[in-house]
Amino acid sequence: MARRSSPEVNAGSMADIAFLLLIFFLVTTTIETDSGISRKLPPIEEDQEDVIIKQRNIFTVLLNGKDQILVEDELMVLEDIRAAAIEFLDNGGGEGNGEDGCDYCKGDRDPSSSDNPDKAIISLKNERETSYAAYISVQNELVAAYTHLRNVRAEDLYGESYEEMMKNYKDVNWPGNKTTLKEKINRLRKEYPQKLSEVQ
Amino acid sequence: MSKFNKKNKGEIPAVNTASLPDIVFMLLFFFMVATVMRDNELKINNQLPAADQVEKLDKKDLVMYIYAGKPNSGYQAQYGTEARIQLNDKFSEVSDIPAFIYAERESKREEVRPFLTTALKVDKETNMGIVGDIKQELRKVNALKINYTTRIGDVSLN
Repeated sequence: MARRSSPEVNAGSMADIAFLLLIFFLVTTTIETDSGISRKLPPIEEDQEDVIIKQRNIFTVLLNGKDQILVEDELMVLEDIRAAAIEFLDNGGGEGNGEDGCDYCKGDRDPSSSDNPDKAIISLKNERETSYAAYISVQNELVAAYTHLRNVRAEDLYGESYEEMMKNYKDVNWPGNKTTLKEKINRLRKEYPQKLSEVQ
Repeated sequence: MSKFNKKNKGEIPAVNTASLPDIVFMLLFFFMVATVMRDNELKINNQLPAADQVEKLDKKDLVMYIYAGKPNSGYQAQYGTEARIQLNDKFSEVSDIPAFIYAERESKREEVRPFLTTALKVDKETNMGIVGDIKQELRKVNALKINYTTRIGDVSLN
């Protein structure tokens, strides 16, 4: 008997099988990553010491139940918050150049406003009836104020904005030296620390 | 001239589809790699607010999700229209959060536990009261890194 060669397997249905799998994965895929405003909550401490903070170093933003914004007890619209926060943080009203002073601040040096960005604290208060959308809008404006100040400072020191530096830092293909970049970023973060307290 | 008769006269030959499986497999592999399985079905309205000062939350395995918002129209008869918290697949109370956080921590490898972030996916029409309660519970269990998940867009859209 002559040897029979085994018949070729029909691969015509292969495409169908692959399509079936493909459609399954197409339906279950979520490609986009989430993004949002990151915050760190303060830990609960048992015996809290009351730290005395000068009133002029605190910038109170209160969101009431009707979504009205009260900045330092005055009614303000959302669009003006960013500028007001920048003015407060960058005031640099402290005396001298040491602990209290601020030699890089560009503000008015108003003695009734904050000493330096390190001491300036923004306190964001809300009521139970405040809407989440309004709260996030205000948070966003306040974070934008910090980013703006860091951008300006970074332009002065290194000739590129803070946001660009952050983008480069996260970019795997960026050719520069990441260690020095990290140091630069840390310096900016130290000069304009995000001191934003969320009070219940 | 029988040699030439075999040629089909002017008929277009069928398109060779032998490479079709290859193309489909290529697509298949792309989607297989890019897939993250949707792990919980939302029972609440979840229209996130917009913000532009955002950071990306990569490393999806290090994120715990807490949802809050009004129940969907299908659940309103049972649960009412007041904003509720959803953990995993079910409606929960504020007091269920610590247990949820502990369970999530337990399911992760020990060395990555300090880097866990809690993503708050809250509907934009929710009141801050419930968000404040969630934050208070998170502080109690020392889950301090949070992220208010938002859409990317201008705040005027809120």
